[in-house]
Amino acid sequence: MGLENILFIVVLATAVFWFSKNLKTIIRNINLGKDLDISDNKTERWKKMLMIAIGQSKMVKKPISGLMHIVVYAGFVIINIEVLEIVIDGILGTHRVFAAPLGGFYDFLIASFEVLALLVLTACVIFLIRRNLLSIKRFGFREMIGWPKTDANIILIVEVLLMGAFLKMNAADSILQARGVEHYSQAGAFPVSSMIVPLLEGFSTSSLIVFERVTWWFHIIGIFLFLNYLPYSKHFHIILAFPSVFYSKLKPKGEFDNMASVKKEVELMFDPSADPYAAPAEPEGPIERFGAKDVQDLSWKQLMDSYSCTECGRCSEQCPAAQTGKLLSPRKIMMDTRDRLEEVGKNIDQHGVEHQDGKSLLGDYIQEEELWACTTCNACVDACPIELNPLSIIMDMRRSLVMEESKVPSELAGMITNIENNGAPWQFAQADRANWINED
Amino acid sequence: MSEALNVNTMADLMAKGEKPEVLFWVGCAGSFDDRAKKITRSFVKILNKVGVNFAILGTEESCTGDPAKRAGNEILFQMQAMTNIQVLNEYEVKKIVTTCPHCFNTLKNEYPGLGGDYEVMHHTQLLQGLMNEGKLKIEGGKFKGKKIAFHDPCYLGRGNGEYEAPRALLEELDAELIELKRCRSKGLCCGAGGAQMFKEAEPGTKEVNIERMEDVVEAKPDIVAVGCPFCMTMMTDGVKNKEKEDTLKIYDLAELIAEGNGL
Repeated sequence: MGLENILFIVVLATAVFWFSKNLKTIIRNINLGKDLDISDNKTERWKKMLMIAIGQSKMVKKPISGLMHIVVYAGFVIINIEVLEIVIDGILGTHRVFAAPLGGFYDFLIASFEVLALLVLTACVIFLIRRNLLSIKRFGFREMIGWPKTDANIILIVEVLLMGAFLKMNAADSILQARGVEHYSQAGAFPVSSMIVPLLEGFSTSSLIVFERVTWWFHIIGIFLFLNYLPYSKHFHIILAFPSVFYSKLKPKGEFDNMASVKKEVELMFDPSADPYAAPAEPEGPIERFGAKDVQDLSWKQLMDSYSCTECGRCSEQCPAAQTGKLLSPRKIMMDTRDRLEEVGKNIDQHGVEHQDGKSLLGDYIQEEELWACTTCNACVDACPIELNPLSIIMDMRRSLVMEESKVPSELAGMITNIENNGAPWQFAQADRANWINED
Repeated sequence: MSEALNVNTMADLMAKGEKPEVLFWVGCAGSFDDRAKKITRSFVKILNKVGVNFAILGTEESCTGDPAKRAGNEILFQMQAMTNIQVLNEYEVKKIVTTCPHCFNTLKNEYPGLGGDYEVMHHTQLLQGLMNEGKLKIEGGKFKGKKIAFHDPCYLGRGNGEYEAPRALLEELDAELIELKRCRSKGLCCGAGGAQMFKEAEPGTKEVNIERMEDVVEAKPDIVAVGCPFCMTMMTDGVKNKEKEDTLKIYDLAELIAEGNGL
């Protein structure tokens, strides 16, 4: 084992260590959310995940970006087989270790990786053009200004560089193979990188070995850095999109959950045998807040979804409120949830679990005006390629506003009073309910 | 001259020791809103013509609690729901039909968890069933050559996946069924859902119903069919705003079918 291999093992171990450390923090943050049992209908959930996450069925509702996304996704998944080989080569100091056991199939594999790499590279360039040169409305919302836009560009540029390095590495490798250089045994077919070969053929063997090594290291270190960039980026969706779809809502979209905490109280009110003078029972465990004021009041699923959101903006593009210039943008609800959760997580890391920073998701990140603009039409939920549910967060925050803080727009307060007094949202007497029979 | 409709209440029938086949949940809009009352009457005329054995709760009906729930007042919602469920269960109701997708969604999806299990149908679903059984013949002569577009209500379409029943009815009308640019799962909200009906919209550049009306103006139908009393209000306001009252009419599907059958 040479110095290069030892160096590689150190780099690999560092990359894996940092990634798992950050992953643990994210899991810890997600678990700050409330318990929610979603263990039902496993078969249906697997099917849904197969269709929507693995099969990308909702992505292609927008054919251009959907198909290009499938190219990048397929490229990512398949080229990872090559990464596995690179890692083994790195540890053992071998050259294309899969070639011997796979035989002729290896040539086919490498050739298809090359084609995919070219497709991914092309798709990423087009994505960059779409994001930066074309004025596509959903990339221009206010929540996309600054870091979110930079984040998207970093991801795309890194992918272009990685694919470029992969092809250049193969080109140099294939020349070295052809020249019969020791260590570079004959392996692989190179339909794409062969186009770069003429540019490199003039170089000496020793220069090409350096070039091949540099691109090899650039490619693999790039992948390790990218892996460790994920936890800081919207690109984390490549991991969490799968569980987000698996645990997504199976019930009709129109159905909103009946809050169990409210049900207990209302059932007591309706129980004729309940003693009206009884002292209230000691609450079991901490007193639960109605609705969500901060991230800890949301469920782990809602928090996980905030990490899964890749800020594509299909939700906000379909939202009737966002389309008519209201402050609400469902994508911003997801992004704010993640930003606040990250902040709460950092507070815990720095000051311990009990630390209160006096801030909350509702108020410091999301304004009442955004929440009241929602028509609960489910367009955002329907549009999301991975079944995230910004509407459920909006509803939980409305519940907090209304039931915890009594902050209701005055017209809605009137509507509520009417229902309380006469069983209709308008001021009509319940006794007049059937008057329509005799009117024309 | 008002035409007497044959409508029993559950209480009437119970006094006679009878039970209807289906309860017609009229809903607050259907009971009190002047425009929506016309929908209610049209639907009842169809039920009478076909001979469906139905009844209403009458003064025993109360808001399902949907607008309270969507406005964030879960306590009031559950109180309304449990009150209604007590009444419904007392009458041993099994089957409910309603002309309001909001009542439909709440009764169908949110009542079971609180002890109210019923088979709940939107009126377009019931009418489609009657049509398929051959009990309801839809005479479309009056609409021949008219272009009709259907505006999907959120709580019927996206909310509960029902896109076909209203369209199946429209196809029977002999009219030319056209689609708005945004339809079915991509259908744009009228702007009234989520308790928006009862408040002014937040500041913005446009009202949602105007945005929706622009889809309608672009598609140039003679009639927009709706399946929700709140969509009716929003779309009617949209027509007024665009000053299209002379060329564009908004009707509920029940009204179109009643009209087609000369009811």
